[in-house]
Amino acid sequence: MHLKYESFVREPLVDGDKTYHQVTEDIISPIEKKPGRMWYVGFFFSVALLLLGVFSVTWEVYYGIGVWGINRTVGWGWDITNFVWWVGIGHAGTLISAILLLFRQGWRTGVNRAAEAMTIFAVMCAGQFPIFHMGRVWDGFFVLPYPNGRGPLWPNFNSALLWDVFAISTYFTVSLLFWYSGLIPDFATVRDRAKTKLRKRLYGLASFGWTGTAKNWQRHEALSLVLAGLSTPLVLSVHTIVSFDFATSVIPGWHTTIFPPYFVAGAIFSGFAMVQTLLIVCRKILGLEDYITIGHLEAMNKVIVLTGSIVGVAYLTELFMSWYSGVLYEQEAFKWRILGPYWWSYWAMMTCNVVSPQLFWFKKLRRNIPFTFIMSIVVNIGMWFERFVIIVTSLYRDYLPGSWTYYSPTWPEIGFYLGTFGLFFTCFFLFAKYFPVIAVAEIKFVLKTSGESYKKKMETIDAKSAEDFKHELDHAHH
Amino acid sequence: MAIKKFAVACYDDEEVLFPAVKKVRNSGYKLHDVYTPFPVHGLDGALGLKETDLHVAGFIYGITGTSTAVGFMSWIFCSDWPINFGGKPHWSLPAFIPITFELTVLFAAVGMVLTFCYLNQIMPGVKKHVFHPRQTDDLFVVALEINDHTNEAEVINFLKSTGAVETSVQVAESEWWFGRWDKKEPYELA
Repeated sequence: MHLKYESFVREPLVDGDKTYHQVTEDIISPIEKKPGRMWYVGFFFSVALLLLGVFSVTWEVYYGIGVWGINRTVGWGWDITNFVWWVGIGHAGTLISAILLLFRQGWRTGVNRAAEAMTIFAVMCAGQFPIFHMGRVWDGFFVLPYPNGRGPLWPNFNSALLWDVFAISTYFTVSLLFWYSGLIPDFATVRDRAKTKLRKRLYGLASFGWTGTAKNWQRHEALSLVLAGLSTPLVLSVHTIVSFDFATSVIPGWHTTIFPPYFVAGAIFSGFAMVQTLLIVCRKILGLEDYITIGHLEAMNKVIVLTGSIVGVAYLTELFMSWYSGVLYEQEAFKWRILGPYWWSYWAMMTCNVVSPQLFWFKKLRRNIPFTFIMSIVVNIGMWFERFVIIVTSLYRDYLPGSWTYYSPTWPEIGFYLGTFGLFFTCFFLFAKYFPVIAVAEIKFVLKTSGESYKKKMETIDAKSAEDFKHELDHAHH
Repeated sequence: MAIKKFAVACYDDEEVLFPAVKKVRNSGYKLHDVYTPFPVHGLDGALGLKETDLHVAGFIYGITGTSTAVGFMSWIFCSDWPINFGGKPHWSLPAFIPITFELTVLFAAVGMVLTFCYLNQIMPGVKKHVFHPRQTDDLFVVALEINDHTNEAEVINFLKSTGAVETSVQVAESEWWFGRWDKKEPYELA
């Protein structure tokens, strides 16, 4: 007797009466159809934004970093704010696919593919900012430790900024490998049901010739598990190292030991919000409501309220410590942060990140889709302000009142930021059209345990007494 | 390259597959392989497959990354180009931790994925015979290797008795080869 039982307390992960074939049909058929009008509108809008970004960056590279609003006092402005923001968003994907795999959270199967894709695209966007912030971007390869004609003079491996280079590039590579190794079997599914020659050829290439033998699957599972084990500390390390960019300096407002956990919690917070934004739209347009259920959205909202609260505690701890430390510069930095000319950014951050996510304590609101969608955007606005607050409001009133200044971005900075939205959504639209948005094989794997119709069949077994059940089970084995 | 003859059975449920695999293994027919659309837990055990050593390879790649990072940074800062950073020791091990960790993970992940592809003999451009187009959709396919002396009707009857929903005899390439998935192979046209 082959028994797959899961407690009835758990919500089904796949709604409706599905067979394995129906799962394939539901998830793969959007790839085979022509995309709708909305897709074209969205895609070309994204490409237009991307071109605006390319133009803004070209302008900056041609005329130099002086076209940005940053100055001697505020050396990091929108560029590094956006970098940290995008990297933070890029944390949810690997968290969902790795940490939740290790914790055996079945609900990850519905959302991991799209979340990982989002991670990869977000890290791509993030990477643009430090690269173009270098100014002489053609010398960017100086950060790589390669034998060179300057000594050889090596980069400083003790610098947090170089740690960042290693952390972000490793994170990107490992996320990409993890994502793609999961995609290989699903591409094989698309290939084997392809009707057109071109599709068969391209998905044949993309599937690496996967056929799904028992041994291949065994290795695939071993690979996924070890990659998950590796990615778990990796995802925590990335934002930790990003926070070191600030924490290892001696700027009041940055020089704190609370930064690593505070940044990681914030990253997960904003990452999950972005996953919500994308998936709420995706599930509707691609008709995947049975696979990305309200239960999935609720689970993510729980993560949002948890990490949002951690972030809130971090904000208050920072305030307390600046007062308790007795250091005049720390106290002043926080005074100017809250009450200075940038007061609006601090209070926007507080409202969006600390106050409003608390509404998710109400189950009704956690399961309300329009509310979740609005909240997901509010959270990301708040998290953008958090990075802006940390960076700009720690810098603009430094040790010397004579160099105090006010910073606002110029159009190439704004265009650059909008351009990364273009890059992100261009990639995401292509992904949604050409890739299986949900991990088909993984859904099939949990279908008989967590599918709605299969759970219903278990009701008769559930009603039996333990003795009867044991008796039948023993009987079935002989 | 070896063209062989196969008796193929397709099952539509993993609960039928398990007893069938058991019967096939006891029958004396030579089992070529079992294909499933998703990982079926316990199937490797039922087939008598050994646990994979891929994670051991991952560990070895990982420590290679660790020692590369520590060795390289130590050599640079202590011997090749020692620089005084604010009077701190040249061999400042705690500051090496982040890069050492990242390289450990990077080496382990890249090495494991490449090993995975090598062991499974998969890469872009590789082609393998697909016994049933639905083996990546909803069918569980068992392929037996047979030859010209095998009584085909007997094998097929046996496979049907194990609960197969579909059976066939196919002549096909048993290994992988480089090819295009939109083209038919010579043996398929024959």
